[in-house]
Amino acid sequence: MDFDIPRIPLGDWIESGLDFLTTEFSGVTRAISRGTQAGINLLNDGLMWLPEWALILLVALLCWKVGGRRLAIGALLGLGLIWNLGLWDPMIQTLTLVVIATLIAIVIALPLGILAAISDRFYRVIMPILDFMQTMPAFVYLIPAIPFFGIGSVSGIFATVIFSMPPAIRFTTLGIRQVPKDLIEAADAYGSTRSQKLVKVQLPLSLPTLMGGINQTIMLALSMVVIAAMIGANGLGSEVWRAIQRLRPGEGFEAGIAVVIMAMLLDRLTQSFSGKKKTK
Amino acid sequence: MTDTQQTKIQVRNLSKVFGDDTKKALKLRDEGLNRAQILEKTGQTLGLSNINFDVREGELLVIMGLSGSGKSTLIRCLNRLIEPTEGDIIIGGENIPQLSDKALLHCRRRHFSMVFQNFALFPHRTVQMNAEYGLEIRGIAKAERAEKARNSLKQVGLDGWEHAYPSQLSGGMQQRVGLARALANDSSVLLMDEAFSALDPLIRRDMQQELIELQHRMKKTTIFITHDLDEALNIGDRIILLRDGEIVQIGTPEEVLTNPADDYVARFTEGVDRSRVVTARRVMRPVRATARHDDGPRTVLRKMSENSLDSIYVTDRERKLLGILEAESVEEAAKAGKDTIRDLVVTDFPHVGPEEPLATLYPMFKGKSFPVAVIDDEQRLLGVVVKGAVLEQLAQTGEH
Repeated sequence: MDFDIPRIPLGDWIESGLDFLTTEFSGVTRAISRGTQAGINLLNDGLMWLPEWALILLVALLCWKVGGRRLAIGALLGLGLIWNLGLWDPMIQTLTLVVIATLIAIVIALPLGILAAISDRFYRVIMPILDFMQTMPAFVYLIPAIPFFGIGSVSGIFATVIFSMPPAIRFTTLGIRQVPKDLIEAADAYGSTRSQKLVKVQLPLSLPTLMGGINQTIMLALSMVVIAAMIGANGLGSEVWRAIQRLRPGEGFEAGIAVVIMAMLLDRLTQSFSGKKKTK
Repeated sequence: MTDTQQTKIQVRNLSKVFGDDTKKALKLRDEGLNRAQILEKTGQTLGLSNINFDVREGELLVIMGLSGSGKSTLIRCLNRLIEPTEGDIIIGGENIPQLSDKALLHCRRRHFSMVFQNFALFPHRTVQMNAEYGLEIRGIAKAERAEKARNSLKQVGLDGWEHAYPSQLSGGMQQRVGLARALANDSSVLLMDEAFSALDPLIRRDMQQELIELQHRMKKTTIFITHDLDEALNIGDRIILLRDGEIVQIGTPEEVLTNPADDYVARFTEGVDRSRVVTARRVMRPVRATARHDDGPRTVLRKMSENSLDSIYVTDRERKLLGILEAESVEEAAKAGKDTIRDLVVTDFPHVGPEEPLATLYPMFKGKSFPVAVIDDEQRLLGVVVKGAVLEQLAQTGEH
């Protein structure tokens, strides 16, 4: 059966849309690019300025404070291994990208999540968009990042923010909506304004859930930052990327293990933060 | 409760329809359809229909009904946690259903404090900070609100617990925090939504007693919702009975109990512990004869035999009750030729105030032959309660 239905030029439309955005908003994208790059450099230099052993000790101390002795020992051994493998600098670069991407994602996600919790209409609009953002293969975000921000870390952060933001929005919304109805009623009955209700009741009570969302965002950001090496984001990802191109499985696994260590430390740290808040 | 008391809140023609075509439902209601018929025809629930009542300044008004009777809806319409469909609620010259959002906020802050069935305490705030909540959102200065919250926590017996979190307290204590939060706010009306229903019976009884005392002390206008008639009868100055979103009776606990408006109310009052509600005033009988303290023994004996009494009360010139005389001792005095009864008067005799419930009276009859005297604040004899009258009242339990 050969019906002569013309192929819908979906790709062309998207491309011309992106073209329009890149040409019309080049001033904006360039400003964002400069700002983000400055942030990356600052944080990166700051972390690099500390001697390796000092940073390892600091992290281990933090782990001991919030997560206990076992986590602290894990941090000591894990980070020591990364240092020993000579992957310290790429690890710091990756950490920088994760921290900055997560910060940007949270700054955007928090108000959107709150809005979606308060307004049913906004909730219905944003939920399918979040589904779209999360199910779209992550690599696809890399492509438009390049015309917007060029090859490099900023493009990597752009793709990472888009990819890692949805859980932060979802968990914020969920956390606020989960606040028991009788507490909302109590807040209303005493004459709270909408913002008093939000700041004094809804946000504090949704904090554990919110921290769960942030934990998810950090994990997703870490996975994406590695992939973003394909468009020139520095860090452990580019070590893996180089190992692939040279067919060096050993080096690839070394960098991969470094990513795993980072992921475990970041996960346990953020989890014990949220757990601590809960029992208080 | 006299009619000269000032009216605090007027509720007029208040109705609430749950659904989106409220006009139609109200029209059918006006045509005489009942709740079930309206639900069947329109799919809308008539939550409240044509509610009219006044809340008097300083009274403890109980709104009582079974679940689904609309009592929770009614209390939430008062501060517009639920929007009324039609009708007026007038407090301090303002008609609540017509207030703008901003005016409503103001009205809630000034007039209403609420205590909830499941306490609704903020788990992330300490007891002290919970008690401060109402003042905090009104922008009261920190020192002042801390002071007020501490005072109200003291009122409910929670001093020393300021820094605890609600989860560390028992249910009864949590509800005390809820009460303290309401009292600290210094609003003119206290709304209590099934406030004691989640507590176990013993603690419940204590809390009721404390609320009654607190209320008498502070004279705070209180509207108390409950599904428990015993509770309503125990604490209420007046009771409003709700059924299917309509008022079936308004009256004092005794009126509701002894004169139920219809079968519905009567069924409620079955099995109620009458001994806690019926008062001495209701069962007392007039005293047929009293002796004067300056009567001689023979005069007293004649008074007793004329009225066939075994004992007789002795009063002074101002009719103040001095004590009781027994026939045997008077007879002895007469035989001995004495001319006064003064030293025969037994001053240790059972007596109660007119508002004392039968539960207090009943044990007084154990092993004694004296009746119980009912006396007013000035020691004047109002009447007498005999054992038979008490038993007769208690026997009516469950007879409806």
